[in-house]
Amino acid sequence: MSTKSQQSQTNRGRIRIEGFDAEAVEKRDPLSAWQPELETKEAKSRTYYAWRRFKRNRLALFGAVIVTAMVLLTVFARPWGLPEWIPYLGGATVQPFSLAAQDPATQDILVGYQPPTVEHLLNWPPSTLHIFGTDWAGRDLFARTIYGGRYSLSIGFIAVGVALLVGVPLGSIAGYYGGYVDEFIMRIVDMLYAFPFIVLAIAVITILGRGYWEIVLALIVVGWLSYARIIRGEILSVKQNEYVTAAKALGARDRSIIIKHIMPNAMAPVIVQATLSVGTVVLTAAALGFLGLGLSPATAEWGVMLNVEQDSMARGNWWAGLFPGLALFFFVMAINLIGDGVRDAFDPQGDKKGSGGFR
Amino acid sequence: MSLQRFILKRGLITIPLLIGVSIMTFGMIHFIPGDPVDFITQFADLDPEVEDEIRSQYGLDQPVYIQYFNWMSDAIILDFGNAITTNRTVGAEIGDRLPYTLLMGSMAFLVTVVTAIPLGIYAAYHRNTRIDQVSRVFALLGVALPNFWLGLILILLFSSYLGLFPVLPPTGEGLLSWDMIRYTILPAVTIGTGATALMMRLMRSSMVEELDKDYVRTARAKGLPEKTVIRKHVVRNSLISVVTVAAIQVAFIISGSVVVEVVFSYPGIGRLLVERVQTRDFPVIQALVLIIGVFVIFANMLADIIYAYLDPRIRY
Amino acid sequence: MALLEVEDLNVRFYTEDGVVKATNDLSYQIEAGERFGVVGESGAGKSVTSLALMRLIEEPGVVESGEIRFKGQNLLDLEYEEMRQIRGNEIAMIFQDAETALNPAYTVGEQISEAIRVHLGLNEEAAKERAIEKLESVGIPDAPQRYTDYPHQFSGGMQQRAVIAMALSCDPDLIIADEPTTALDVTIEAQILSLLEDICTETDTAIQLITHDLGVVAEFCERVMVMYAGHPVEMATVEDLYYNPQHPYTVGLMSSIPRIGDNRDRLQTIPGRMPDLIENPPGCNFHPRCPYAEEVCTRMEPPLVDVETGVELEEVASDQQTAACLEHTGDLQKGLDYTVTVREETSMEADGGVTDE
Repeated sequence: MSTKSQQSQTNRGRIRIEGFDAEAVEKRDPLSAWQPELETKEAKSRTYYAWRRFKRNRLALFGAVIVTAMVLLTVFARPWGLPEWIPYLGGATVQPFSLAAQDPATQDILVGYQPPTVEHLLNWPPSTLHIFGTDWAGRDLFARTIYGGRYSLSIGFIAVGVALLVGVPLGSIAGYYGGYVDEFIMRIVDMLYAFPFIVLAIAVITILGRGYWEIVLALIVVGWLSYARIIRGEILSVKQNEYVTAAKALGARDRSIIIKHIMPNAMAPVIVQATLSVGTVVLTAAALGFLGLGLSPATAEWGVMLNVEQDSMARGNWWAGLFPGLALFFFVMAINLIGDGVRDAFDPQGDKKGSGGFR
Repeated sequence: MSLQRFILKRGLITIPLLIGVSIMTFGMIHFIPGDPVDFITQFADLDPEVEDEIRSQYGLDQPVYIQYFNWMSDAIILDFGNAITTNRTVGAEIGDRLPYTLLMGSMAFLVTVVTAIPLGIYAAYHRNTRIDQVSRVFALLGVALPNFWLGLILILLFSSYLGLFPVLPPTGEGLLSWDMIRYTILPAVTIGTGATALMMRLMRSSMVEELDKDYVRTARAKGLPEKTVIRKHVVRNSLISVVTVAAIQVAFIISGSVVVEVVFSYPGIGRLLVERVQTRDFPVIQALVLIIGVFVIFANMLADIIYAYLDPRIRY
Repeated sequence: MALLEVEDLNVRFYTEDGVVKATNDLSYQIEAGERFGVVGESGAGKSVTSLALMRLIEEPGVVESGEIRFKGQNLLDLEYEEMRQIRGNEIAMIFQDAETALNPAYTVGEQISEAIRVHLGLNEEAAKERAIEKLESVGIPDAPQRYTDYPHQFSGGMQQRAVIAMALSCDPDLIIADEPTTALDVTIEAQILSLLEDICTETDTAIQLITHDLGVVAEFCERVMVMYAGHPVEMATVEDLYYNPQHPYTVGLMSSIPRIGDNRDRLQTIPGRMPDLIENPPGCNFHPRCPYAEEVCTRMEPPLVDVETGVELEEVASDQQTAACLEHTGDLQKGLDYTVTVREETSMEADGGVTDE
């Protein structure tokens, strides 16, 4: 046996096969209706599969429902007028509905079965009249809670949106061009990263002062760092890919290479991070409000409300702090559910699980 | 690369970072619109002569880089001048408060490490089962719970209703007295909840990644008992990568302590920072921001060095 | 009784896209000391087969049915503890990528001696001694010094040798080598293969070599199984397979090997690609890519039959050649129309079917 295999080994290289006509297969009509699944699969985009997976994720859909519901609640909490400074249309009502019966700032709301005394007005536990109760000033907590969403939600979405607009281009530039540009941008990012999220936000507030747009700006300063870091890292890895080299060799311009070839492949982790960031940003904005570094104490913002009511809560008026806190908690949780869902949808590990183990 | 060279290199990277952070902290005050003298005098109506005097006393009449140099050379020996609102030295103000924050922070860190690592390992080992789902939900709740709200609820529950903990911090007690430590439990748990949730997930994903490694299959194929495979080949390796996560925890706990100290009226630097931002006591704010920044940088450096020490690919 | 008998092995992966049929009624035997090759494109189910032998298939995979008899004992019936005693001890595995197969956090020596300690019950000292002995036997110079080195301090070829030493550490009766040379360059590949061959002949250890490289098979194996889409499509001795391939897929694989001095103007390939094993083509799985396919191929699934008699065999003798093509059951009308020529030094060509020297 061994001599035979020795002998034949020397000759095998010269075996030649003729008559295996591959072209005939390509030219003939398919014999059966069967189609190779793999090819149709790759034709569809990554986003298509991400979306399909997201739709199947019940927890993520639950999160999306909560977020949508909360956005609708805040929008329809009270009528919405255009700002006065807009010519002609200023002051016009855009959104006439009001889900909250009382204005969140109105204090004299008690009518009905008991004589209105101060004791009855203030710090009322939840009742049919005020389903969330009233606060220390006798204001309706239901109205304040759903109206308060306007601050938190808008701060969250605006700050994350603008931070993306700052962080993604800066990170892309750093990652794509490298060298000194990269060094410069990333050193700034590293320095700012030395400060914990809220400490940096407080430092910015110290400089800017308090107020709605000041908070938004503070959160943008803090927020863009992570996007810049992520997109830079992604671009550095995508840049190595052959199709980018090919596009370069074909003479495509830098900007179009970044936008057409690199961005679509590098965006997935940024989208995940941005979704999760909405939660963090809303929490930080509320924390600033709670610390007395946010909006004015009369504002119906959730963090501010908790700040104003903390002593009242410690005395046992649980409802005063329960509802704004729950609203905050539910929103952040829902955002995290969506964020997790988006990550799972994009995560190639989902694929790994499917086809891994055999190859 | 040898470990010594790694430490040297890592240390060298840190220097420009420290300088950058100090410049940023110093520069803070110059970004604020208005005259710094007004902040020092709390907008009191003063003669221009007195104002000039204050200006030269604080060196504000000198060029910016000289001011930075003076400030920095004092800061290195922890001399940050006098606080505006109390007329004590900034060093003394912070020195009073820092030990409390360190106590609370280390207790929170302990809570986190002791709970998060075993839970993360357990969830990873049982991944994609009911147990993993429960841990995921717990992590989700922990991350989404606003720590100040959680603190308020814990006070309401354990202090107001159950009376297990005092509502206010003990006065006149030493830092390591039983009363103080007992009072610190609730804030530490409040911070620890979020930190645990975060670290548990990080531990889990680190271990899941490790479980998928080829050498784990090799270890099984060698016929090692499953316990040995998990302990020796999976957990040990994933703990190595979790070391770097511990540095993230430091920043997370500092963030948490700023808010939670206010909730619990805790006499630490976090509450000091918030108080002084409200009264615009800039020397104290600057000093605190610098100290926190430097602390985080060093924590990161330490984590990287420990990681390098544990990972033979860098050690040898 | 053969050393290893696999019978009707079916492995399934339950994924979100559907059920992946990784192996389908797979049966084969390996004799003691035999060098057995498993060939096929990636995704043909080769690796799954070897993992199934070790019972190392992980979620969401399951061995649905079949038997794996090792020395007459069905491995699938064993308790976990009994199976663990066999792993690394009687059946050892060599993985494709030595770099990732070694734990970077432990020394190479420790990773070899831990298996020795577990299976042979030796103490630290004795296990170390044996591990060094094994490192020497696979040709690692300065083995006592290198014992305490970490994997990253080894070169790729040396890492693969270390992995082989690990597999040899408890003198197994069967080594499953999953593409042991794919990650290495050609000169080192040759060294590793001759090392494995020496081990095989010296210690009478059987080897199941998994590869997609027909050249490696020709050099190393005595008997070969060609796999396609989780099915065995041809099984034969190396000589029979090369000089007398009986399945169109084998023919396609062989005609797609490029050769020096080839005067064809383009490289022959097998058109299309392998199905994803979730929804396989009806009838013969290979028919969409087969130039000889006829209408009957879309209806009838060809059994694995003796190529001479056309009869399905209960027990396949080691020198018999079997193939799963309807040609051999007489259902194909036009037949397989290809020629195998063996060119002499003088490039004299012989035609008409198969020609030996």
